[in-house]
Amino acid sequence: MVALTVNGSRHEIDATPETPLLYVLREDLRLNAAKYGCGLGQCGACTVIVGGEAVFSCVTPVALLDGKSITTLEGLGTIDHPSALQRAFIEMQAAQCGYCIAGIMMRAQALLQQDPHPSDVEIRRHLEPHLCRCGTHMRILRAVHRAAEIMSAERTQEAAQ
Amino acid sequence: MKRSYLLGVAAAVLCVVVVGTLALVWRPALAPIVPVTSPSFDPGLVRRGADLAALGDCNTCHTAPLGKTFAGGRPLQTPFGTIYATNITPDPQTGIGLWSEAAFVRAMREGVDREGRHLYPAFPYDHFTLISDDDDKALYAYLMTRQPVHAEALKNVLPFPINIRMILAGWNLFYLDKGPFRPDPSHDELWNRGAYLVEGVGHCGACHTPRNALGAEEKDDAFAGGEAEGWHAFSINQSSQSPVAWDVQSLQAYLANGWHGLHGVARGPMAPVVDNLSELPEGDIRAIAVYIASRMKSDTTPDSQESTVPLARNPENNPGSKPQSAGSQSAVPVSVAEEDEAGARIYVATCATCHESGRPVPYGGIHLFLSTAVTGESPQNLVNIVLAGLPASDGTKSPIMPNFGGVLSDAEVADLARYLREMAGKPAWDDLEAKIKTARGALSGPAASTAASK
Repeated sequence: MVALTVNGSRHEIDATPETPLLYVLREDLRLNAAKYGCGLGQCGACTVIVGGEAVFSCVTPVALLDGKSITTLEGLGTIDHPSALQRAFIEMQAAQCGYCIAGIMMRAQALLQQDPHPSDVEIRRHLEPHLCRCGTHMRILRAVHRAAEIMSAERTQEAAQ
Repeated sequence: MKRSYLLGVAAAVLCVVVVGTLALVWRPALAPIVPVTSPSFDPGLVRRGADLAALGDCNTCHTAPLGKTFAGGRPLQTPFGTIYATNITPDPQTGIGLWSEAAFVRAMREGVDREGRHLYPAFPYDHFTLISDDDDKALYAYLMTRQPVHAEALKNVLPFPINIRMILAGWNLFYLDKGPFRPDPSHDELWNRGAYLVEGVGHCGACHTPRNALGAEEKDDAFAGGEAEGWHAFSINQSSQSPVAWDVQSLQAYLANGWHGLHGVARGPMAPVVDNLSELPEGDIRAIAVYIASRMKSDTTPDSQESTVPLARNPENNPGSKPQSAGSQSAVPVSVAEEDEAGARIYVATCATCHESGRPVPYGGIHLFLSTAVTGESPQNLVNIVLAGLPASDGTKSPIMPNFGGVLSDAEVADLARYLREMAGKPAWDDLEAKIKTARGALSGPAASTAASK
């Protein structure tokens, strides 16, 4: 048995220690935003946030996650209340087939949590582990910049209240 | 009378000291050349210069992250401070566009720039001094035919008195053995060619030889392993800790391809080296392999690569036993006893799924008891790789490994490293915790942030 905290809820999962987190997310918890791409930590489609860091869930065994807080794309917002990052991606129409997008968004989210105003170079460097075959790279970059703007505006608004 | 005599002697001694110091320290500026807009060099010469520049890794140090090739600006962290590589494109204002060939050769051999300023030995002129006249000519022809880039060199960050360039004259007095290269008649031509390339333009010792407190290579301990940019450059002499002895064939393949099935992949600061070497003529790589293999060979080295070292704990998982294809990624269950230590449990769940997967190198990982990162003299590289992974390189083919710094605590990395050492039959490292701490710091430290310079 492994205890995982995903998007704020605690789950007891019956899985062997080497089971990749991705399998547990998709098969046990039915959280299907993180995708199975290569299974080797090389494409980025499975990326989720663990304790503030973006990790490839396909190569992260659940044995390492005891007591850690895991966030998937489902944890950022809902259809009715999308998060700032989700609104930015919708606004910029940054997804084409969308298979890579959940992973890219989670790494972008981790970046923006650590550095609210990343430069273009930093965003590019940070998203390097991700592959997108549709070629929406420019829109994705615009969406991350836009998300930084929205988040910054929200912070200013909160501070003013 | 006596008093004025003494004064005279003192004055004379002072004069000699001043003149002597000046002669030692002062180097004249060499006349600038008229910048050539369309230089005409023999294409064959330029081609040979390209090979030599690749072997010398000029592009690696003289190119900033995401910057223009040879335009400088890359920071080199040294124990003394940060030194920024200069612009070696033929730009007249900020590069070497005004340098005559004589000025170039003087820089390569004496570490003095065109204007007469001493260069820091981060630029390995203590090796380049061995380069022949013809090869310097070719390097000059190659660099002067590159695209000029206007890029001002960044200011070095060095404390007093190291920021006074003239003190390097003293360093040179002690540590600069000027060329030319002298072949060793007791060895054949190929070995001597290798020695010339390795000791000269290749400057392998700049990383693989330990340095003394003043930053000079310990020549008596040549190739005994050194430090480079937060990584350990493994010993490549008889003290090599490689579980499988290197030979000419394996060295040649490793240097040309960047990996070898019994030794793993070249990463860290060795990655750009093998990228560059992959463009060199086969003969040069072979010469280098012959020379290094002879430096590594001891009386106890087996003659053949047919090693008694097993390739996997379970022969069914020998590298290459499974194809690289869809479905081969699935986790390989490796049993671990309930009472096994924490490190074993981490290894089995985290590392074995690839490193015992049976996929051939470089797509799969080698068994870790074959890795010098585990059996070597320093835990630094293992720790770096576990924490930061092996990210894909920009624009080149490269092996890749996910990072585990986000999910493994320092204590867990230490447990894992201790277990791997046990598995390889080696005693525990005594500086493990300290190395983990430095590597963790470097993940978000100045090196990481300059790499992403805005």
